[in-house]
Amino acid sequence: MSQLTTTTLTVNGKRHTVTALPDTPLLWVLREHLKLTGTKYGCGVGQCGACTVHIDGKPNYACLNPIKDLAGRRVTTIEGLSPDSSHPLQKAWIAEQVPQCGYCQSGQIMRAAGLLQENPRPSRQEIVEYMQSNICRCGTYIRIVRAVERAVKEGA
Amino acid sequence: MNFKAKGERRKSKVSTRDPRVTGHAPLSQGRRQFMVGAAGLTFGVAIGVPEFLTSGNGAALAQAVKGVVVNPYVTIFTDGTVAIMSPACEMGQGSLTSLPRIVADEMDADWARVRIVPAPPNDQLYGNPQFRNLQYTAGSATVTGYFNNLRQFGAQVRYVLAENAARRWGVPPAELSTQPGVVLHQKTGRRLTYGEIAAFATIPAQAPQIEVEPVSKAQFRLIGADVGRVDVPSKVNGTAQYSIDVQVPGMIYGAILREPMEGAAPERVDDSAARAIEGVIRTVPLKYGVGVLAETPWAAFKAKNALKVTWSRSARGWGYSSDAGFAKFAAIARDPQSKGIAWEVKGEPAAAMQMAATVFEGEYRADYAYHAQMEPLNSVASVSPAGDAVEIWCGTQSQTITVTAVANALGIPENRVKFNGMLLGGGFGRRGNRDVEFIVDSALMSKAAGRPVKVMWTREDDVHAGRFRPLYVNRIRAGLDASGKIVAWHHRVVSDNVLAFADPVRFKVSKGRDNIAMRGTELPTYAIPVRLSEGLGQDTGMRTAPLRAIGVGQNSFANEVFIDELAANRGIDPVQFRLQLLDKTPLAQRARHVIEEAAKMAAWGTKRPGRGMGIAYLDYSGTQLAGIAEVSVDRSTGAIKVHRFWCTIDVGVPVHPDNVIAQTESSIVYGLGLALTERITIADGTVQQSNFFDYQVPRMADLPEFHIRLIPTRNHPTGAGQMATPLVPSAISNAVFQLTGVRLRQQPMLPDRVKLALEQRGQRFS
Repeated sequence: MSQLTTTTLTVNGKRHTVTALPDTPLLWVLREHLKLTGTKYGCGVGQCGACTVHIDGKPNYACLNPIKDLAGRRVTTIEGLSPDSSHPLQKAWIAEQVPQCGYCQSGQIMRAAGLLQENPRPSRQEIVEYMQSNICRCGTYIRIVRAVERAVKEGA
Repeated sequence: MNFKAKGERRKSKVSTRDPRVTGHAPLSQGRRQFMVGAAGLTFGVAIGVPEFLTSGNGAALAQAVKGVVVNPYVTIFTDGTVAIMSPACEMGQGSLTSLPRIVADEMDADWARVRIVPAPPNDQLYGNPQFRNLQYTAGSATVTGYFNNLRQFGAQVRYVLAENAARRWGVPPAELSTQPGVVLHQKTGRRLTYGEIAAFATIPAQAPQIEVEPVSKAQFRLIGADVGRVDVPSKVNGTAQYSIDVQVPGMIYGAILREPMEGAAPERVDDSAARAIEGVIRTVPLKYGVGVLAETPWAAFKAKNALKVTWSRSARGWGYSSDAGFAKFAAIARDPQSKGIAWEVKGEPAAAMQMAATVFEGEYRADYAYHAQMEPLNSVASVSPAGDAVEIWCGTQSQTITVTAVANALGIPENRVKFNGMLLGGGFGRRGNRDVEFIVDSALMSKAAGRPVKVMWTREDDVHAGRFRPLYVNRIRAGLDASGKIVAWHHRVVSDNVLAFADPVRFKVSKGRDNIAMRGTELPTYAIPVRLSEGLGQDTGMRTAPLRAIGVGQNSFANEVFIDELAANRGIDPVQFRLQLLDKTPLAQRARHVIEEAAKMAAWGTKRPGRGMGIAYLDYSGTQLAGIAEVSVDRSTGAIKVHRFWCTIDVGVPVHPDNVIAQTESSIVYGLGLALTERITIADGTVQQSNFFDYQVPRMADLPEFHIRLIPTRNHPTGAGQMATPLVPSAISNAVFQLTGVRLRQQPMLPDRVKLALEQRGQRFS
């Protein structure tokens, strides 16, 4: 008997049906089944935030959500944040020249987008607390803060 | 600007050797190579558009159908597009942008028309002179190492374009000038764009030798001006391509359970549970572990975790531990009979030490530390069915080392390795080792599979098979005369070998001098004329590698905490003590300036209740820096909090100033982790940590308030990518001393260690 299960979910507004081992994390479904490689693997255990996506509108770790739990759920990835890098956070990220190696930045931006949905005018302290889940080994943190602040100012 | 070409130097020699070009970017057929002088400058002529600009990474340029290759770095298209090769790997440090800026500045290109093309593997054409022409991106040596050659190449292009325009107009080249992308004849108001010239240009067979303005006087236009990094837009929308993102038709997945330490081979393997997982194709026996091939990454990872392997006990590392390492290294460091390999000797240190009125000693330690680049190691390979060729996709710090290692692993010639260099999700020294084992992985697995394979390391694999900054015990002795002047200095470094493990090729010619372990023991700006630094590298069987700031990260910590101890001993303010200690050389004048400016910025000397202030100064390969930390300590837990950090940095001419600042921010954050939390421990030869929960790197809330000042000077540019890292632990330790009177002499300054040191009124090493 096959160990695989079939799940239908919505990713970036499009319905996808995937067949995979039931405990396959959403991360690998996105990256290798659906070829949406903007979402990154960093730790696999919800420690670094590189895989941050939105599930039903809220930031979540793609590495901690098995595909079997995602039937009917709505997932947004960095590829679905805007069609043309026009999201205020993406523009601010470029203006502040945030990324260095860039590997964590999809997750950082998706996390920040979740923050602004919950709290459109966060204080610096609130930004830092909310973004604490996401590691940037290049240490671009100060620019991330500035970019979020810029997006708040310019994005409205 | 006039066009000055030196008269023909000695007769140019036609290189008959085929350029060692491998991979997807062969230089076009019919290309001739001309070498000029000894500087390794190569001038080439080609007809039509070379293949490397119309395929692979250069595909974006395919719409420009005609162009002229002016030299190995520059091709100009008739539509005005200028393609500039960038020889270095991009791992976040920004040289993909910075290097072409240097060429573009000198050739007076219109930056908006520049397209950057990653250079193919070719040491002869694209190697870094600072690494004996090895195409190796490391050591913050990229801008500084390539700078002169890139200016020369740029100047040649500008000259050749002008010469062509002069010929067409029948005027002397000396009457011409350029504006970005245009050659002008002011007298007659005529102008030709670079693209128009490309349509008729003939390229001289011999490279003109151009005199470029010395850095001290040059009028730069792009160098020193900020610009958006070319890789940044792709890094905000998920389109940036790292090797982990590569998908090729027919590709399957590989995971490898690796030996727990170097040399421990699998003895008994039970793969029954692994093979029972749906999607697993088969397991692959490897010398250094067991590989799994699967249809999906998840099946591969699950199967890897389900393998039961017994390892041979013959490896050197069995039984070794961090504690045993410290005990052994300290005993060697303290033993007067120990003899090291001299790294730097000035004067007669032994005799001077004998003459000293007093001798002051200090011991400093560092644990193993892990790179923790965000992208776990991985690569993709597609070996041909016959096994006689391979295409690889990887993130490496050396294109040419990679080609050689993969060719050797497969037993095929290097020209059968097609190389695709991808962006690196962080490097920090982890991806430039001579054996590039994480790239060889996929080559071996693809050969076994007969299909393309993406081999990914999990984060746990990346930690367990990490190659670390070594464990260190440093011992410094300073001999003082009756007036307190330092008359002798002896810095002994006992650490695991690094160069011998990370790069046996370079080690062979090093005479045992381990530049990775030892760098940073030199004191080029302090007036300590009699000094010795020596290394006693140990083979513990542990895996080591250069890690951001290499030996400087620990050796400068030892130097700068020790200097602080001397200052305290003399009752002199730490800033004043360093200023008094500085030499009178021009370099030391720059040192003075960074220290004075940092002190000024931090309002050094102002009392802050509950806070301590500490300074560190550093010459890092010519870059001058000072850092000041403001800290507090929670005495109940021992936790150190860094509230503010001031940093001044003089890299000479900053090619890309905002990027120098960004790299300095980055270096400080990296140093913060190494200083306070990051520690790998070894027990029975095996790494004890696994992931970010037990190897803790800085997060946003750990950040101090930064105050960074870039001090541009008219000197040859020096490195920026890691220079501030070593300042952080020493400035923090010195600040804790100012606050508490207790010296912290070991990285990382973990809360438990700090608490114990506070209780015992000093950190004691057994």
